[in-house]
Amino acid sequence: MSATGHLLEVEDLRVHFDTDDGVVKAVDGLSFTVEPGKTLGIVGESGSGKSVANMTILGLTRAANAEITGRITFEDQDLVAADDAGLQRVRGNDIAMIFQDPLTSLHPFYKVGSQMVEAIQAHRDSSDAEARERCIELLKLVGIPDAERRFGEYPHEFSGGMRQRAMIAMALTNDPKLLIADEPTTALDVTIQAQILRLIDRLQEELGMSVIMITHDLGVIAEVADDVLVMYGGRAVEAGSLDEIFYDPQHPYTWGLLGSLTRTDRPRSADRLSQIAGQPPSLIAPPQGCHFRPRCPHAFDRCTETPGLDARSGSRSHLDRCWLGGEQKRELRVGPEGEIGLAERKEPVATPTGES
Amino acid sequence: MARYIVRRVLWGVALLVIVTAVVFILFYVLPTADPAKLRAGRTANPQLVQQIREQLHLDDPIYVQFWNYLKGVFFHFDFGESYLSQAPVKDIIFHRLPATALLVVGAVILWLAIAIPVGIISAVRRRSLMDRTTMVTSLAFISAPVFWLGLVALYLFASDVGVIPIFPGQGSYTTADSFLAKCGSMLLPWMVLAAATAAIYARYLRSSMIDTLAEDYIRTARAKGLPERQVIMKHAVRAAITPIVTLLGLDIGLLLAGNAILTESVFVIPGVGQEIVLSIRRSDLPMIQGIVLFGAFFIVIFNLIVDILYAFLDPRVRYQ
Repeated sequence: MSATGHLLEVEDLRVHFDTDDGVVKAVDGLSFTVEPGKTLGIVGESGSGKSVANMTILGLTRAANAEITGRITFEDQDLVAADDAGLQRVRGNDIAMIFQDPLTSLHPFYKVGSQMVEAIQAHRDSSDAEARERCIELLKLVGIPDAERRFGEYPHEFSGGMRQRAMIAMALTNDPKLLIADEPTTALDVTIQAQILRLIDRLQEELGMSVIMITHDLGVIAEVADDVLVMYGGRAVEAGSLDEIFYDPQHPYTWGLLGSLTRTDRPRSADRLSQIAGQPPSLIAPPQGCHFRPRCPHAFDRCTETPGLDARSGSRSHLDRCWLGGEQKRELRVGPEGEIGLAERKEPVATPTGES
Repeated sequence: MARYIVRRVLWGVALLVIVTAVVFILFYVLPTADPAKLRAGRTANPQLVQQIREQLHLDDPIYVQFWNYLKGVFFHFDFGESYLSQAPVKDIIFHRLPATALLVVGAVILWLAIAIPVGIISAVRRRSLMDRTTMVTSLAFISAPVFWLGLVALYLFASDVGVIPIFPGQGSYTTADSFLAKCGSMLLPWMVLAAATAAIYARYLRSSMIDTLAEDYIRTARAKGLPERQVIMKHAVRAAITPIVTLLGLDIGLLLAGNAILTESVFVIPGVGQEIVLSIRRSDLPMIQGIVLFGAFFIVIFNLIVDILYAFLDPRVRYQ
């Protein structure tokens, strides 16, 4: 833990990729913190920069064409400035990561057990027998029946849900302080999704680790998160506690996300799910000012100026990037039936610049 | 697994029968010189030609000849006798095979020794100077015809005519009296035969590695904190090299079947490729038949080996 009490502190992170089409600003000035023992939910649509930002924590986006600036402080160590050897010591050890598709994320040619043993032996001198014992214990912990036999099987012999459990067990091999879960349930059946989320929740409590849960699904956030970060176009547009985001959302994009949630406790208003009109912004030539401006029905003159991520709602921990006044927000976010949502735009949505 | 192998072997035998039939039909349908006349020589009279024809059973209907041939091959491992030299076809091929085998084995070792490191390094250091240089060079080797490359190599390095006479030249295999001397005589042919193939393999492995390095499981391996060396050598190479095995099996089969014909011709190596050229020129059906069958046999065998190896390399195949 750093002197500030945060387990992880990301400050003004920028990840830019130089491509043939131009510089892709995948992450453009992102700051957030992760508290010990808590779950941070990061929500946003594809291309919002949530995965890139988190892979950058482990240095997985390092490449010849990548320019990474800012600071990622983990236990007084800056992971942006760390050399490859320093990063390697952190990866899979203090910070572990699991990914979206557990089938493609496991090596098809190696047994699940040997892939787990490898993760242990990358960080500590452990005999094969000790490592094996530890792995079987973990496979049991994540709820894989007949763990001794499963240890010696290949990934393709596992079902989707079992594979993700095995991935989680592999991530836990070195008792990480932080687990980054990048859409861990997206590729799974709905029935399995809930099981995996509950498993992560339970493990977090038992092992006392912190979790970053990356998802595009606010339903997942509601299930597991303590704090929430809403990302759009490479930046955070809103950050706050779970209650603040769900009951007092400040940013029109968050309203749109909440409005597109399926609610079973209310009658369906317009016999279809609401959606946010328009396309995600170009990361090469993002809109000037607020990135959500071209899709926002409430945009006005000032939105061409970039709003800072500031506390505007009265709570010190609740930050957003929207110029609208507090009274305006409370009024505009409520639909005709009292539900939170994004109103329909009156004029057609302009095509974001830089996109063909 | 055992059932799989048995099925593949039966398929292989069926394939060999079909190949035999095709060669038989080709030989009879397409106009070639009359083997009996060729055998009888310049001053032959019709009686002699007829006599030879009967002797060689060329007057039997084609299906009888075909049946007799199949019986010989599959029950007695007898490929008949050459129309011209009257020596058993089997003996002639076995006499020719060592030269071709030595050429192929050496070339395979050489091209793998070059292609594997080059392919891996250029994939890992993509767009580096080393990558660009080797890829342009490989393109040059792929584009150069083997016979031309062979002649250039001889003019440059052959001990008799070369500018820098450091390697044994044309025909040195025939005069070499020890295994070591034979290997020495193969140095230039090995390099020439390996050059183009090494280039193809290096490029193939490079693109296979680049695809593999983008796989999710490589990201997982890095996220586990494995040293980059282990990520590349264990996780990436293992997956990327599997398609190379297929390629290798096919190539070895083809080369043993006589595909090294150009290299053998340029360097005057008395191998199978040379023999097939002679046999076709002389309409020596049993020889052509024998060599084609042997070639088909090698291709079938190496395909079988590849299939079995694949099951060992890729566990997913085993359970299908």
